[in-house]
Amino acid sequence: MLAKLMSYFLLGLVRLLTGSQARWHGCPPKAEQRIYFANHQSHADLIMIWAALPKELRSRTRPIAAKDYWTRTPFRQWITTAVFNAIYVERERTDDQDPLQPLYDALESGDSIILFPEGTRGYADEPQPFKSGLYNLALKYPDVVLVPAWINNIQRVMPKGEVVPVPVLCSVTFGVPIQLDESEERRAFLDRARQAVIALRDV
Amino acid sequence: MNQFLLKLSATQQIGAMFVLVFGALLLASIAALLLSLRDRGDDAAADAWRRELSRIDGVLRTSWVMVFVFWVGWLSGDAVTLVLFALVSFFALREFMTLSPTRRGDHRSLVLAFFVVLPIQYTLVGTRHFDLFTVFIPVYVFLAIPVVSALANDPARFLERNAKLQWGIMVCIYGMSHVPALLLLNFRGFQNRSAFLVFFLVLVVQTCMVVQYLASRRFKSAPAAPAISDSFAWRSWWTGVLAGSVLGGLLAGLTPFAPGQALALAFVACVAGSLGHLVMKALKRDRGIPNWGRDGVSVTGAGGLLDRVDALCFAAPIFFHSSRWYFGL
Repeated sequence: MLAKLMSYFLLGLVRLLTGSQARWHGCPPKAEQRIYFANHQSHADLIMIWAALPKELRSRTRPIAAKDYWTRTPFRQWITTAVFNAIYVERERTDDQDPLQPLYDALESGDSIILFPEGTRGYADEPQPFKSGLYNLALKYPDVVLVPAWINNIQRVMPKGEVVPVPVLCSVTFGVPIQLDESEERRAFLDRARQAVIALRDV
Repeated sequence: MNQFLLKLSATQQIGAMFVLVFGALLLASIAALLLSLRDRGDDAAADAWRRELSRIDGVLRTSWVMVFVFWVGWLSGDAVTLVLFALVSFFALREFMTLSPTRRGDHRSLVLAFFVVLPIQYTLVGTRHFDLFTVFIPVYVFLAIPVVSALANDPARFLERNAKLQWGIMVCIYGMSHVPALLLLNFRGFQNRSAFLVFFLVLVVQTCMVVQYLASRRFKSAPAAPAISDSFAWRSWWTGVLAGSVLGGLLAGLTPFAPGQALALAFVACVAGSLGHLVMKALKRDRGIPNWGRDGVSVTGAGGLLDRVDALCFAAPIFFHSSRWYFGL
């Protein structure tokens, strides 16, 4: 109940501040298993994609949250678990376990996920090189559709270190799904995925 | 008919005005619907016709929303009206800021503009602090914004960034807040009828803009500033301003003004509104976009609200101050 109210509150807030417009350029919103991957410039990115998705897809699409940061206080843990249904991943690699294991579990159970392959927030005009998580997932789950997305303007809403967001119109552009070609190298695929995201900036 | 209307109370008169306006809109919408049902074939002329029709459709839809907003505002009192106009200011400023790139150092100034200046300005209007509300932004905020920006420690394009912010605040908050301020003006013998004044201003300015647009389509004279606007020509401008002023003179019965005064004030409002619209066009050209909405829709999702209200933002302060000065309120 409280979580539901919170999600409505956040949706309203995001719409008031950013307009939260979704632009489906390369594919329609569809209830199939997908990995949305996007540029990452702000904490609000996650909420932006979440708010841009239609209601039916929102409940089946899970964002990824860094475990150390998002479980540090009860409120952070509650909001990521109850409202966003986030998947926690360890940022520090431990020897005994694959850090992507929670993502495999989610994909096995049929959920879609939202991924920021840069790993951390970037502040340059172009995204940083992608990390290999996306490649590993594509290799392991060839049937899951990989949808690139470009989040526009969000870094102006809440730059790093600020607490009060500012109203600026933002949009999320979803592009044509990409596929891992047979025999495609890890680096080549990740660069292609990054280019697919960057290309959406100007459509 | 006139006698009958004059005998009604202020509330009934305003109610009758809304019935008339809603009726006119309904007729226009039905006409547009009937026109769109007609099959016109597939050639270029039909295409142009369809584009024109969808433009008209857009204008009609905005009119519906605007009238509805006015109606709700009137039904629920001054406080709600103020909140509605504050929201319009908020969304207009959001559009303005989206298309005027700011740097990270401007963040606190933006917070100040949206969450401090805007509420204070509308509160000042609501509490009828007319003397303070007319100088609050040009005097106090004029200093406050650059101070906050300077403290952000970023000298790059400092003047340019601050000028943009100040402009956005002046047009979207200061200009817009003068529309509800009209509601609170107390003309002698015109109590509770100030809604007519807002209606008068909006109708006169909108008529001027529409006639100017239609005239520019018809006359096809050389534009006065082709790099800024290909539709702004002196001849069509005069036509629009005259049409708006004459309408203002005819509507004098709605206002506390005598017909001559109403004509003069409508003239002032039309000149200010149409020239303000031209100025906003220059800003848009500078940003390389056809209007606040179109390109907006592709990149930012802006709804083009500012395109619809910019004339009003420039006309309202001048209309407000000239009528206050003339009637010594």
